[in-house]
This record gives sequence, C-alpha cells and structure tokens, in this order.
Amino acid sequence: EGDPLITKVQDWASGFGDPVDAAPYGMPIRFESHVVRRNVEWLTESPVSSINFTPIHALEGTITPQGVAFERHHSGAIELSKDDYRLMINGLVEKPLVFTFEDLTRFPRHVLTAFCECAANGGMEWGGAQLEGVQFTQGMIHNMEYTGILLKDLLAEAGVKPEGKWVYVEGADASSNGRSIPLEKAMEDVMVAFYANGEALRKEHGYPVRLVVPGWEGNMWVKWLRRIAIYDQAVEGREETSKYTDMMPDGRARKWTWVMDAKSVITSPSPQVPIRHGKGPLVITGLAWSGNGKVTRVDVSTDGGNTWTEARISGDAKPKALTRFHLDIDWDGSEMFLQSRCIDETGYVQPTKDALREIRGTNNVYHNNSIQTWWVQPNGEVENVEIA
Amino acid sequence: QGLGLGRPATLEEIAAWDVTVLPDGTGLRPGSGDVARGEEVFLEACAACHGEFAEGLDSWPSLSGGQGTLSDPRPVKTIGSYWPYLSTVWDYIHRSMPFGAAQTISVDDTYAITAFLLYSNGLVEDDFVLSHENFTEVRLPNEDGFYVDDRASTEYPLFSAEPCMENCRSEAPKVTKRAVDLNVTPRDPDGRPAGSMPDLLRASAAAPAEETATATAEPAATSEAPAPAAAPAGPDPALVEAGAKVFRKCAACHKVGEDAKNGTGPALTGIFGKAAGTVEGFRYSQPMVDAGAGGLVWTAETLDAFLADPKAAVPKNKMAFGGLKKEDERAALTAYLQSFSQ
Repeated sequence: EGDPLITKVQDWASGFGDPVDAAPYGMPIRFESHVVRRNVEWLTESPVSSINFTPIHALEGTITPQGVAFERHHSGAIELSKDDYRLMINGLVEKPLVFTFEDLTRFPRHVLTAFCECAANGGMEWGGAQLEGVQFTQGMIHNMEYTGILLKDLLAEAGVKPEGKWVYVEGADASSNGRSIPLEKAMEDVMVAFYANGEALRKEHGYPVRLVVPGWEGNMWVKWLRRIAIYDQAVEGREETSKYTDMMPDGRARKWTWVMDAKSVITSPSPQVPIRHGKGPLVITGLAWSGNGKVTRVDVSTDGGNTWTEARISGDAKPKALTRFHLDIDWDGSEMFLQSRCIDETGYVQPTKDALREIRGTNNVYHNNSIQTWWVQPNGEVENVEIA
Repeated sequence: QGLGLGRPATLEEIAAWDVTVLPDGTGLRPGSGDVARGEEVFLEACAACHGEFAEGLDSWPSLSGGQGTLSDPRPVKTIGSYWPYLSTVWDYIHRSMPFGAAQTISVDDTYAITAFLLYSNGLVEDDFVLSHENFTEVRLPNEDGFYVDDRASTEYPLFSAEPCMENCRSEAPKVTKRAVDLNVTPRDPDGRPAGSMPDLLRASAAAPAEETATATAEPAATSEAPAPAAAPAGPDPALVEAGAKVFRKCAACHKVGEDAKNGTGPALTGIFGKAAGTVEGFRYSQPMVDAGAGGLVWTAETLDAFLADPKAAVPKNKMAFGGLKKEDERAALTAYLQSFSQ
C-alpha cells in the first residue's frame, strides 16, 4: 500500500534521460506547453499589426523570458541581421553619422532592468469587466534585464545642436513606428539595447537593436531601431496623434501621455489560476510597477477593499521594473473579492476604476492603471468582475 | 570629443531614410497631386481595406467622417474628425502605406491621396490640388483638440492621499459586471479561459494510484490514426504545414477552410485549379476578372508568379500585398492552398 510513484521504481529513476546537446538551445519541458503568449483574435484585423499577451498568470519572480514576452508589431516581426544593420543619426546634429552593429558594441555598455508595458494594457476593461484571465486583462507587459549603450552617448558622438529639443526614433520595419521623445528623457535613462535577459534580443523584440525607454509606454520602445533624428519640435507622427492619445469625456484628448503610472495586479489566484486545493494555506501573489520610480508598498484586500493588508515585497524593488509581491493567508473557503493596490516612491496610490472613470470617462483607451477585482468563489473558481 | 565611432552619413543616405514630415512642413518633398488622381490611386492601393470612400471596411480604420462624435459613447476617430495635422497624413501614407507594400507610393501620388482624403472629409472641393507650396495652409479641424498630459496636476494630487486600511466600505461588495457575461475570452477545448493552469490535484498523496499511472502513460494508439495520404498528387504535408505559417501574412484579408467567407479578399478554399476572378460573391477588380476570362487558371506555376509579384502578374488588380520574395515561401503557400482544393 502506498503511492506507486514512490513504492515502484520509475523509468526515470532507472534508465537514462536526454544526453547533453539534446537541445543546444533549450525549450521549456512539454508539461509547460500551456504557458505561452496568446492573442485575442477579434481585437485586431490582421495578425501582423496586432498584439498578444504575456502569460503572467503562470510566471513567478520578476523577469519575463523573451519567448513568452508579449509582442506588438505594426507590420510584422522582421528578420534583420547584424550584418545588414545600420543606424543613422541626423537632423539637428553637428555630424550626421551612420553606425554598424559593431560600432554600437564599442560604446560603453550598461545593464538595466525595466518593464515594458503597452499603453493599452487593460484598455479593454475601461467599459467594464471584459476578459477572463490576467494574461488578457494585464498581460501587455514584460520585464527584462537589458544590456546596451546609453542613447546620450550616441547623441554625444553626433553632437546635438543647441536648438535640438526632440529625439525622433524610428524602426526599420514597414511601419517604422516613429515616436518623438523629449531630449531630457533621452539624456536621462534611454538605452539602445542589444541583449535581453543575457541573450541576444529575439526577433520579435527587435533583433538586433531596440530602444528601451524605462517607465514610458511600450510604443516608444522602437524595435529594429534604424534612425534617430533631432528636431526642434515633436514630429507628431501617426503613433503619437491618431494613436496613443487619450480621449477625455469632453471630446478633447491628452497627448504626450508617456509615463505608465503605478499599477499592480494579483496574478494568482486569477481566472486562469483557480484555487483547486481547497481551504487552508493559500499563496496570493502578483506584480506591481511604476513608471515614476520604485514600488514601496503593495496592499491586498480579500473583501473588495474594506480591509487591506500589506503584502511582502519579494526581492529587490527596482525603479521602473516589475516588483513581485506575496501574501500568505489561511483561506477559510468562503467567497473573496481580491484586490491589490500599489504605492510608489512618489506617494502615488493606485486608483480604483471608478476614480479613473470619474476623470477620464470610458473612451480613454490607454493608461488604465486601476485596481483589478477577482471574485473567488467557494469552489475556488475565479472571475473577473466589477463591484459596487 | 566623442569616441570617433561611426562614419559620416552621405546626403543620398539621409535623403533615402529621412522621410519625416513635420507639422510646419519641414521635410516635405516638392510635388503635387489633385483629388481626381488621388481617388484613382486610392481605389487601386487603399480601398481594399479603407473602402472606396475611405469609410473603412471590416475593422480597418475609417479615414473620413466622424466629425462631432468625439464625446459620444463611440467616437469615430478619422483624419477629418481627430487627426491634428495634415503632415501626419502625408508622412504616414508615404512611409508606411499601403499595408504590406510600404514605400511604394510616389511623392506626387502621396499629395494626390492626401488631397482625396481632404475631399472625402469635406474639407476641400473636388478641384483641389495639394502641393508642397500650399500644404501648410491646410489645417485639420481638430488641431486644437489636444492638450499636453496634465496628469501631474489633475490626477496625482487626488491619488496621493494616505490610503484607507480598515472599514473602508460602508456595505458589502455587490457584483455589477462579470466578464463571463460577455463571453469574448479565448477558450481552451475544455471551456476554461485559454491558458488555464492544469489541474495538479492528482499529484497529491491522496490521489488514486491508477489514475496517476494512466495519466503519465503515452497516449495509446487508436483506430483513428491518420490514414496514409490517399491522393498521390496531393501536396507534400511538410510543405502544407510550412504554408500554414506563411498564410498568416495573408490572413488579414483572406480566409481559407471549410466555412471560409469572403473578406477584404476572396475566400481561398478551392482556389487551386480555379479560373482567376471567379470566387462567388467577391467583387474583383476588372483586371482580375479579365485575366480569368482570358484563361488564367490558378496552378502551381501561375500562383507562384502571382505571389512573387502580384502587381506585375495581374496589373492594376486590387490586392494591396507586395508579394513573397522567397521562393520556398511561395512553394509552401501554394501547397497549403492546394490542400484546400481536393
């Protein structure tokens, strides 16, 4: 009598496993095949100008593996080799320059960790609870450790003229996805990156070179970076006028809403991660982040915001990077309304959906950083809901 | 000063890559185009997605109309109703359109399409000619509809109060909206939200032993094992599989398979061996209808030629796709289409 997995000698405890080199660049074991990026087909008309979602419900810690980090392309992920790569700097500079990939590797190198969040993350939830699963409601985000060179070092090489105030960046793909960045931000912490999580950028993340704009909306993180131009004004390209501007209730729109405000969400339990073990010890975990600096505190409520408990921040809270929190509770098996709210180093407290709607209405599309509610039922099933 | 890295950019290189046009007209190239020419080019290069009157087909963006809707529950954001600057229109058409064949619109035709879009938004008359000389005289109606991000003053103070920790609600929470009611989430075959975590209960010590043993065994062979390929003339299955991936590039406009319907492009079920321009219910361009009437039948050879360069194979047809340069991709796609024609 006993568990045969213990009482019987299993194949793997007797014979061989795979030899080395079975997978020279390994893939996850097949039992994890559910942990993949997923898209929502009705969201967009074409899969080459579309987005998919990071399976944040199934990940732990803070670093997002490149292979499951959400993709957003405006004209498909292009294949651009290091040999064919060129980067131009022109406009209001002393010396318009062209760099090869190798040239870039000779500038002083830096490492930083940053979250990249699509401005539209959570955008489908403005009008009401819509998608069942944190992957779909908050999964337009990833967090990687980048290695690259500082944009300010590249700009210094070309010499920005005094009248230069804006840095315009564009990609080599057919969309080119140009965005204007004020010079102060470019000089502060923007990186021209070629490694992520220790390996070369994946094709879908901009191989061989992408821009990293810590704390600012993902659309500005231009992939396959091909040209940097200095101007005395914003370019007002399609991606910063027609798109990525925030419609307000009076019919006017905010523009240049670059910063991603403080936000958090419980990743487990969540609709894709129901509680199956019944009452007793339960780990509640989630992610928190702020484009304005470090996360200093995350509170969790199990009763829809009536009482709040401070969660543990696990590991280092790095500025403008995903931060992991945990709260260990003894679940009594009754209904819960789970919420999390984060506070960043500026003192900003993540608002409720109603508080944001009060100001912005429901046509805002972008920058929904409101508190998410998960309804946990006694059977452990979890739903995305709104509550009053 | 500097590390001496990189080399000077030549004027030709800058001219080739720096196609940016700014609101004040910086970057505009000399040229002109009128509404009539614009309509002609638009019908050929843009209407497949944006509609003949720039109204937008399916979920592709509508480029005209929408004035006065910006504070409605469903605002319609078009060039006429929303876009602040005409430079954005010109810049985007010239650099990124048509979708799938970017940078193929000439400077004069870009002026012409821009003029047509102004016309279709009721902003100019039908005899209007747009050029680099009068470009900045044209203002879009919603130029003043934007203001710079003011969250720091309008939101941050409101959201920076010390948060409540206890007795924060006056009554128990009531559910007002449930995502399940909308039923728009992708699902796994078992009906759960896509990507749901597998049930690990059977791993617990209490789990019945038998179930554990069967669950880890290899799936048993069944009588429904795939039958060997029956049709000797059928396409290579590996090619078909590769073709399924290539087809993603087409899937924006074309559907294929049992219940495929016409979309922006014709449904492609049964296209292999069929005369060009004859899929029922699809409104083809005249050149495509003529090609079919003239004897063009879709075979491995003709599909290959068409896919390599659609505009050269059937001039003035309305497919906006630029073509597949790689021979192996064309072969795979052809095999994939053939697999739906047996």
